[in-house]
Amino acid sequence: MSLKWDEYKSSGHFDELLQSKGLPRASAQHLIEHLQSLDAVELESCREMAEATIKQMGVSFTVYTEKGNIDRAWPFDIVPRTISASQWEQTAAGLTQRLKALNLFIGDLYGKQEIIKEGIIPEHIIRDSKNFRPECVGIKPAHGVWAHICGTDLVRDADGEFYVLEDNLRVPSGVAYMLENRAITKRVLPELFQKDDIKPIGDYPSRLFDTLVSLSPRAIKQPEIVVLTPGIFNSAYFEHAYLAQQMGAELVEGSDLVVGDDDCVYMRTIAGLERVDVIYRRIDDLFLDPEVFHKDSVVGVPGIMRAWRAGNVALANAPGAGVADDKVVYAYVPDIIRYYLNEEPLIQNVKTFICDDPDQRQYVVDHIDELVVKPANESGGYGMLIGPHASKAEHKKFIKLINENPRNYIAQPTLSLSTAPTLVGKGQIEPRHIDLRPFILQAKESYVTTGGLTRVAMTKGSLVVNSSQGGGSKDTWIVNGESS
Amino acid sequence: MLSKVAEKLYWAARYMERVESTARLVSVYDNLLFDLPKEFDITWFNLVTINRAEELFDKRYQNRDERNVVKFLLADDSNPSSMLSALEMVRENVRTTRDVLPHDLWEMVNELHIFATENIKQGINRSARQKFLDQMVKGCQQINGLLMGTMSRDPSWHFLRLGRNIERADMVTRLLDAGTAVRILSEAEIHMKVSQVIWGNVLRSNSAELSYRRTVRKAVNNCDVATFLLYDPHFPRSFYFCLDSMLGTAKKLPNNKGLVEKINRILDQRYALDSSESLDKGFRDHLNQLQLDLADLHLHFNQTWFSLQQKDT
Repeated sequence: MSLKWDEYKSSGHFDELLQSKGLPRASAQHLIEHLQSLDAVELESCREMAEATIKQMGVSFTVYTEKGNIDRAWPFDIVPRTISASQWEQTAAGLTQRLKALNLFIGDLYGKQEIIKEGIIPEHIIRDSKNFRPECVGIKPAHGVWAHICGTDLVRDADGEFYVLEDNLRVPSGVAYMLENRAITKRVLPELFQKDDIKPIGDYPSRLFDTLVSLSPRAIKQPEIVVLTPGIFNSAYFEHAYLAQQMGAELVEGSDLVVGDDDCVYMRTIAGLERVDVIYRRIDDLFLDPEVFHKDSVVGVPGIMRAWRAGNVALANAPGAGVADDKVVYAYVPDIIRYYLNEEPLIQNVKTFICDDPDQRQYVVDHIDELVVKPANESGGYGMLIGPHASKAEHKKFIKLINENPRNYIAQPTLSLSTAPTLVGKGQIEPRHIDLRPFILQAKESYVTTGGLTRVAMTKGSLVVNSSQGGGSKDTWIVNGESS
Repeated sequence: MLSKVAEKLYWAARYMERVESTARLVSVYDNLLFDLPKEFDITWFNLVTINRAEELFDKRYQNRDERNVVKFLLADDSNPSSMLSALEMVRENVRTTRDVLPHDLWEMVNELHIFATENIKQGINRSARQKFLDQMVKGCQQINGLLMGTMSRDPSWHFLRLGRNIERADMVTRLLDAGTAVRILSEAEIHMKVSQVIWGNVLRSNSAELSYRRTVRKAVNNCDVATFLLYDPHFPRSFYFCLDSMLGTAKKLPNNKGLVEKINRILDQRYALDSSESLDKGFRDHLNQLQLDLADLHLHFNQTWFSLQQKDT
């Protein structure tokens, strides 16, 4: 029995694969035809195959629980999400533009601070930012780039346009899962890779490697590149190990590195100490160097900031880059793009109210039951208020919080996230909300992943896509050919 | 290669070897007890003595009976050398060095770990013990086979080899010591037949029975068995072979000078074994000295490759 695709309905939302009348979008035509040809049993066997592949490949992520850390199999939905190549080209251009401007901005903040002098961003916004690092003032990293690896969260609203939800400039994760999702899909839906012109994504590790090599302070043939992980208990350890393996770089922990009297970084090898040139660090700024930041950090390397400031080692991303992923700074990104590049932003921000501004704050207080309120510097969805779903008491609590510390809050309208068909039960397909995290590299040159990591809120109606909270993911196809 | 990775591989191999030798030891002992005359007083507790774990055992158990000894050796998580504890350590070390090991290794180790924990009761109860232990030994051999067949002979491989061989060499000295001890304890009433059973058992614990027969071409006797297990140059579990392999490995690794000399010095010592009488207290002291030599080698590995403190110039 074939599935009842005509019953599939995603009312009020933009659906990624189907147009309003249940017709497939051009980029998803072959995919939908193929899925329609499968009955519930065949779909279920596809799902089982994906599950077995994930187990076999050992794709996992770590969940923190009261009983300790558990290694979970990666949650994956077999139905890919498609985007037409022509639309992706524009989006990629917008992402490149955005990261370029952000890097100029970070460099300016740790340099002459012209953007503040010109009155485009109020001085106290930066001064009060938790992620502004005075230790970085005056440093000039290679190519003037601070954020070399950026994961930008995009959402599609009901109008079908992509909007930037946030920029992750500290230690964004997810790219290994993007690559593994493709590997799984190739095994589960091989027929479609022959029919459709699906753009490959596999060159990310070598692009990342080239990016890191171009940062080497020593002009030598084979600079030593390492991936610095906080260790096996970190939720993204799988990714750290995966990227190190794919790049042929050493996976190191803080205790493997030592800074010499010459302010160079060395790693402890069986042949003695070996100089390290570039560190792709997956540790937050504040844990990086106990000499400078948190004194009790055991995952960092004492003296690493000294070595970086002396120009003897490159850190990616550079310390202090996180100043630009503050959610208040986010609201200014369109102005930042205009200021540094003299261009109009190619991708829009989600409408954002800055509580620091008295008029906007008043609006937020008056409309708190319609808005999403976010703290400026948390990630992973912590400390948020979702107005329409919250109680009166919670509204009051947040109004109080906002009035006490307006600099720390922003508010956004609740978005209508786009949906995509998702296998939810035995052979049952329903719409689920999704987002998209592409990864952007910048050093001497820029690069944007072909698509990115699509995350799915597996619970009906839910907007929470985080894997730690029951979110799943899908393969993302950039499809060449007919325009939609 | 990172010191930390080298150390983890070394330990992964040591523990892997420990899993296999513990499984084999219990299995062989199980058989041996059927063959010995009833009045002959040999107990399961000897297996605890071999591993010098009497104190730990007595802290944990009141009775030195079969069930407790087997439980202690196979399953006890307070015993760091129990088969399950060792397997747990293999798993942890492999989990964090997956990037330098063959792709399938992690999965195999994981499977063996799941099998062992799910079926450990079979190892403790007598009825299915042999089958369970056979499976464990096979699982270990499958893993060694995978490494042998797919790994580049790079430093990762060398550190695995180093770990495997030092553990094997250590086990040989313990088994010989156990065989010798039995004889001394019961010298008065020992018969030739019992001696054969015991020394045959020492050979089997090392998977050495067939190689011994083909090489020595004589009935099993204590002196020849000891000579074979210590000095045979071809059998992969003889003390000589293990040390010689370590020598070859050391030569391929950096900063090896002191180590090569040390291993050569150990290889040069030969204990004169000409008749049954040579297996006396002096021989046991010699075995004890070999164990100290191995501990010293381990310390040397540690200082040379694993816990580098100073900057090399």
